[in-house]
Amino acid sequence: MSDAVLEVIGLKTHFASKGGVVKAVDGVDLAVRRGEVLGLVGESGSGKSITGLSILRLIDPPGRIVGGRVLFDGVDLAALDDEAMRRLRGDRIAMIFQDPMMTLNPVLTIGTQMIETLVAHPRTPALSRAAMRERAVEALKRVGIASPAERLAAYPHHLSGGMRQRVAIAIALLNDPDLIVCDEPTTALDVTIQAQILAEMQTLVRGPATSSPLALIWITHDLTVVAGLADRVAVMYAGRIVESGTTAEILESPRHPYTLGLIASTPAAAAQRASTDRRLEQIPGSPPSLAHLPGGCAFRPRCARAQDDCRVEPPSVVDASGRSLRCFHPVEHAR
Amino acid sequence: MSVDSTPLDGPVAASPRADFVADFASSKTAVFGAVLLLAFVVVALLAPWLVPQDPYDLAKLDILDARLPPGSPSGDGAMHYLLGTDSQGRDMLSAIAYGLRISVAIGVLSTLCAALIGITLGLVAGYAGGRIESLIMRIADMQLSFPSILIALILLAFLRPGLGNIVAALIAVQWAYYARAVRGTALVERRKEYIEAARGLGLSTARIVFRHLLPNCLPPLVVVATLQIASAIALEATLSFLGLGVPITEPSLGLLIANGFQVLFAGKYWISVYPGIALVLLIVALNLVADRLRDLLDPKLRSR
Amino acid sequence: MLAFLIRRSLQSIAVLFAMSLIVFAGVYLIGDPVLVMISPEASQADIVATRAALGLDQPLWVQYGRFVGAALSGDLGRSYAYSEPAIRLILERMPATMELAIVAMAIAIVVGIPLGLWAGLRPDSLAGKTIMSGSILGFSLPTFWVGLMLVMLFSVSLDWLPASGRGATVDVWGLKLSILTLDGWKHLLLPALNLALFKLALIIRLVRAGTREALLTDYVRFARAKGLSNGRIVGVHVLKNILIPIVTVVGLEFGSVIAFSIVTESIFAWPGMGKLIIDSIGVLDRPVIVAYLLVVVTVFIVVNLLVDIAYSVLDPRVRLSDAGTQA
Repeated sequence: MSDAVLEVIGLKTHFASKGGVVKAVDGVDLAVRRGEVLGLVGESGSGKSITGLSILRLIDPPGRIVGGRVLFDGVDLAALDDEAMRRLRGDRIAMIFQDPMMTLNPVLTIGTQMIETLVAHPRTPALSRAAMRERAVEALKRVGIASPAERLAAYPHHLSGGMRQRVAIAIALLNDPDLIVCDEPTTALDVTIQAQILAEMQTLVRGPATSSPLALIWITHDLTVVAGLADRVAVMYAGRIVESGTTAEILESPRHPYTLGLIASTPAAAAQRASTDRRLEQIPGSPPSLAHLPGGCAFRPRCARAQDDCRVEPPSVVDASGRSLRCFHPVEHAR
Repeated sequence: MSVDSTPLDGPVAASPRADFVADFASSKTAVFGAVLLLAFVVVALLAPWLVPQDPYDLAKLDILDARLPPGSPSGDGAMHYLLGTDSQGRDMLSAIAYGLRISVAIGVLSTLCAALIGITLGLVAGYAGGRIESLIMRIADMQLSFPSILIALILLAFLRPGLGNIVAALIAVQWAYYARAVRGTALVERRKEYIEAARGLGLSTARIVFRHLLPNCLPPLVVVATLQIASAIALEATLSFLGLGVPITEPSLGLLIANGFQVLFAGKYWISVYPGIALVLLIVALNLVADRLRDLLDPKLRSR
Repeated sequence: MLAFLIRRSLQSIAVLFAMSLIVFAGVYLIGDPVLVMISPEASQADIVATRAALGLDQPLWVQYGRFVGAALSGDLGRSYAYSEPAIRLILERMPATMELAIVAMAIAIVVGIPLGLWAGLRPDSLAGKTIMSGSILGFSLPTFWVGLMLVMLFSVSLDWLPASGRGATVDVWGLKLSILTLDGWKHLLLPALNLALFKLALIIRLVRAGTREALLTDYVRFARAKGLSNGRIVGVHVLKNILIPIVTVVGLEFGSVIAFSIVTESIFAWPGMGKLIIDSIGVLDRPVIVAYLLVVVTVFIVVNLLVDIAYSVLDPRVRLSDAGTQA
C-alpha cells in the first residue's frame, strides 16, 4: 500500500522473565494509511500496548524486539540509530498513554512540558520563544481547553483528569505528526469525559486538514470506542492479530470466534438479544499466560468451534479486500 | 504494558525455606558477608578458648612487652604476638578477640532489648490507636528527630561510663525505630480480614496482637534489626572512643582503637589499626547481610 | 506565608521550652559537679560554700526559674570550668563547627548527586556497581575510624595535609571564616571529608534509588515518547523529582552532621563546639552542656524551617499552610 504511513510486518517483542520467555507480541502485521484510524482491540495481556510501544521503540529490558519490521513511511525504524529515532518521536510519530495522572511530570508546568517538545524538535527557520508559546496556546485551544494562556503556567495537579489527557493530546499534536499511537487514553476517565474526548478526536482527524492528514492507532479493550472512531479494526489475542478489517466488517460480520465472543459480551449486545436473559455473556476460560502458550491456535482452549486441526497454529490469511483472518473454522455469515 | 507473566499453574515452591536460602546465596557479596559474620560470632563466643592470652588478667601482662610490633616474640619467648602488643603489653590478637566479644554482646543485647520494648510499644500504638498511639508516637518522633549520638552522649554524661549504662543508652536510642516501623505495619495489618476474623472469634487482645498481628509485621523488622545491630556496634565504638563508653577495664573495639590513637603518630599503627579493621569488617558484614535480606523481604523490590 | 512563619515560630518556642525543661531536669538531677570540680581534700565547709556560690543549694524549681529568667535575657549561666558566660563560649566556637558542617554537607551533595545519578542510570555497569559497593562501605565505617585512617594516610604517611587544627581565618562581618584562605582549606579538607563520608554514602543511595524509580514512571516514558534528549530527561525531569526527597533528607541529616562533628573535632583537634562539649561532659560543666543543647536545638529548628520552605518551593503540590503538618 503506497499510501501506508505505517506498516508492521511480523513484529515480535519478547520479554525475558524468571518464568520463561514472555511472548508479548508474537508475529503482528498491521498497516495504517494516511489519515486513517486503526482500532487495535484486545483484552489486558493481549499485547496491544506492547505493540504500540514497539512501534515507537520504547521497549526497555528485559523486553526486546526480536523480529519483524516496522516501516514508517517506508523507512525501517529498526535500522535507525537511537538519535534518529529520538528525532522521529514527538515529531512525526507521537504517543499518548493511559493514565493522565502520571503522564505529565508533576513538578513541571504545563507550559514547560509543551514548549520543551518544540525545543526538542527544532525547525528551520527556528521558532522564537514567543512563537513557541503561541503554538502551545493554539494546540490547547484545538483540544478544547478554556483560557489556554493561563493554563500554561499551571501544574498538572491543578487540572482534572480529562483536561490532563487533553493536554497530552495537545502535546502530541504540537509538531504536526503523521501518526499518533493512543494507548487506551480514555480508559481511566469518566464515561462522559471519555465521550467528549472521543468526539474531539473525531473532529481532529476528520476535520480540516493540517499539513498532512493525521493517522491514529487507537489501542483499547472497549469495542464500543472503536465503533464510532475507527475506520479499520484489528483484533489481538495472545500476542497475535486474529482478525482485521474495516470497522463495519468486523462489527457486523465478525469471523473469528474470539471477535464474536468480544462483541457478544458487550452490554449493548446483551440489550439486543431477543431473549429476556439480559445477562452479560462471557467467553469461558481466561487468557493464556504469554510465557506458556498452548501449541497451535492460542484461542483453542476457549473456543466452542475448535477441532483437532486447530492444534496447528493457523496462519493469517489476507483476502482481496484487505481483510485478514487467523482461523481454520471461522464463523460464517449469511450474505 | 499489562503483561500477565505469572504462569497460571506453575510449579509450587518446593520448600520456602530452601528457596529463601538459595535466593540469599545467589548474591556472592551477601554470602561473603554472612560467612564473615559467622566467623566473628564464633570468635566472640569462643574467645577465651581460642586466644593465647587473657587480656584482662593483669597478672599475666608484662609491661616490658609493651608496644611490640606484629610478629614479635614475647620477652619470655613463650608466645608470639601475632598482631603486636598495646601500651600495657597486652597481646593485640587476644585483646581484639575479647573486644569483639564485648562489642558484639553490647550490640546484640541492646538491639534485642530495644526491639522488645520498641515492638511492644509499636504494636500497642498501632493496634490501640487513639490517644495511646498519639502519645507513644509523639515521643518516638521527637526522639527520632534528634541524632542518636547526641542523645547517647547526653545520657552517658549523666550515667557515667559503665557497661550496663552504655547498653541502657543504646536501648534508649534505638527503641523508637522499632516502635515506628512496627506501628506502621500494624496500622496496615490491623485492617486486614484475618484480624477481623480473630476479633470475631472473641480472642483476647493480647492474643490477637502477639499471635496474629506480630508475625505479619516481622519480616521488615529482621532487616531493621540487623542494621540496628551494626549501628549499635558503631555507636558504642564511637562513644567508647570518645571516652564515654565502656570502662577501661573491659575494652570494646572502640576503646582499643582510642587507646592506640596517641601512638598512631609515632608509627605504632597496630594498636589502633587492627582493632579498627576488625570493627569495620564486622559492621560491613552485618550491612551486607542486611542489604541482601532487604532485597529478599521487601516485596516492592522483588523483581531484582 | 506570614501565617505559616508565625505559626512555626510559636511552635519552635514551645519546642525550645520543652527542651529546656528536659535538659535542665536531666543535667541538674544527676551528678554533682561540685565534687568533680573541687579537689578531693576539700573540707565539707568548702563544698557547702562552693555549692552556695553556684546557687546549687536552692530547690530545683528555684534553680529552673532562675535559669529561665536568665535565659530570656541571654544569660545561660557561667561555665564552671572557664568562668565565662556559657553562651559566649558556645557562640565563639560555633562558626568553626558550622563551617565544618556546611562544607561537609556541600561535599556530600556535590559529589553524591552525580555519583548517585550515574549509579541509577547505569546500575549494571562496573562504575555503577563500584559506586554502590563503595556506598555500603561509606555508611558502614564509623566516622571516627575513617578520621583515623584519613589522618594516617594523608598526614602521617603522605604528609600532604595537616592532621589537626584550623587554618588561617579571614574576618567576614565579625565571623572568622577559614574557607577563604588556602591554608584554611588545607586544614579543612580532611575533617570535612571525614564528616561528609557517611552523608555522601546516604545521598548516593537515595539518589540512585530515586533515579531508578523515576526512570520507570509514566512521565519519563512520555518524555521519551516526545522525543526529548536523554540529557533533558535526566537533567530536568528526573532531577527535579528526586531533589525533593533529597532536600528533606539533607535537612534532617544536617543535625546529625553537627552531632557527628563532635567526633571529627576530637580527632582533628578542630576548635569547634564539639570539642568543647566533650570536655564539658567530662567535668560535668552543666551550664555549658545546657547552653550547647539549646543552641543545637535552635539550629535544628531553623534548619527544619528552611527545609520546609525549600520543599514547598521545589514541589508545587505542597502548600506552605500544610507544611506544618508534614509527618
